Amino acid sequence: MRKSALSLHRRERARQATVVLMFFVITFAVAAKKDSPAARKNTMVYAPLTNAPGKAVNKRNPLAGDPDAVPAGRKLFEEHCAGCHGHAAEGSKRGPSLRVPEVRRATPGALFWILSNGVVRHGMPDWSKLPEPERWQIVTFIKSLASRRSNPGAPAHNRQTRF
Amino acid sequence: MSFIVSITNKLRLQAARPVLRDDAGAAACGPSVSKPRQHLWAAFRAVALFSLGVTVLSGQPLRAQESPYIVTYDHYLEEPGNLDVEYFSTFGTQRGGNAFVAPWVEFEYGATAWWTTEFYLDAQKTFNDSALFTGLRWENRFRPFELEHFVNPVIYVEYEQTSGADKILKEVEGHDVESDYADPNSVLRQEHDHELEFKLLLSKSFKGWNVALNPIATKNVSPNNPWEFGYAIGASRPLALRATPSRCNFCRENFITGVEMYGGLGDADSFGLHDTSHYLAPVVAWNLPSDWTLRLSLGFGLNHDSHRLLLRWGVSREFSGFGEMAREWFGGRR
Repeated sequence: MRKSALSLHRRERARQATVVLMFFVITFAVAAKKDSPAARKNTMVYAPLTNAPGKAVNKRNPLAGDPDAVPAGRKLFEEHCAGCHGHAAEGSKRGPSLRVPEVRRATPGALFWILSNGVVRHGMPDWSKLPEPERWQIVTFIKSLASRRSNPGAPAHNRQTRF
Repeated sequence: MSFIVSITNKLRLQAARPVLRDDAGAAACGPSVSKPRQHLWAAFRAVALFSLGVTVLSGQPLRAQESPYIVTYDHYLEEPGNLDVEYFSTFGTQRGGNAFVAPWVEFEYGATAWWTTEFYLDAQKTFNDSALFTGLRWENRFRPFELEHFVNPVIYVEYEQTSGADKILKEVEGHDVESDYADPNSVLRQEHDHELEFKLLLSKSFKGWNVALNPIATKNVSPNNPWEFGYAIGASRPLALRATPSRCNFCRENFITGVEMYGGLGDADSFGLHDTSHYLAPVVAWNLPSDWTLRLSLGFGLNHDSHRLLLRWGVSREFSGFGEMAREWFGGRR
């Protein structure tokens, strides 16, 4: 009697576990099936750059003259941004190209504002978890893409990990 | 150094100490590990090993900037389409019982930039007792606001289906005290909890610092259980705020250190600090350029109702583009 009650209880637990697992799988499937907004052809994809408030747009880049800012920014870009925007910032199915006139025209302050706030509705997370100087290093690298013609998206000069 | 050696020796002694009550409990409740429990434990180990294998062998990893917190949450969600596979373990000392190790596996997926969903599998091994699978959890975090604010809220909702033997101590709430975990597994596992847990994750990053506060409210869905309350607070900062130009393992920017404090606040019937446990834990995360994150937390009990020591460690790896791959499996357009 006790054994059958235990067995019933175990079956009930297994059934509940299966229901929870199925909920998770279905949620995951629905979320995965949804088209990534960044993957859609959207001419408004760069519009958020114009949404930055005036104070943010006019913010000056404190690392503009720092010779280490571009290579450090390139390293950070490869680590955190290349997964969506491509290794040469050329864009991918997950994120738009950053080698377009809209980005070239944007002020460093506007890029910093986008990086700090993200474009959550269009799938870009905010990167305020990176300290401010690291975000400015990324902005410096992105702005440097406009001024370089020869293979500007080449991987960092030292891909080997230094201890 | 001598302090660490002395603590290690104490832990060894405690882990090895047999407990008579344990044997009595086991005798009263039959064999310490039943066959189905053994199967569940074996399944947990298989999932943990599989996750580790996938984590090691899969491509498209991404270096994450993971926070060092193990209990506290900041307001940052998983990047959309990324899967974070995480393995954690809690080692706890136990007065009046046996020390334990409670591992858990997490699969954290960024469904969108404002929604992260996470699935947990919990287990534990109590020294001189048994090892068992203790339950599962399904967690969702939602970011209500589009832009960063002075304080950033995230809404956290979790469903837990665990047994009383669950010892991962992912959060401490209500009147959870050390003595609750002293019984042998054969007794503890008779209790089954179905809980809904709500948290408001409040967090702010400023000048490299992150400060986070999480009020917790939990309701066991079985009748006659009051709402239970708890808290977790944390502060952390990278050792360096600027990145170095070259990739390196031991650069200061790869290390984030901090401290977190968590504990219970009683329940709706008896709100307050009496009969509650509280912990203070220095934490550190090492974000390696080879895509791994290692975390370590040394939690000290702050009152007599707390475990003296909770040592936690974790290893995780983040995979970029997992959603794209899954979309193919489920027939979505690329």
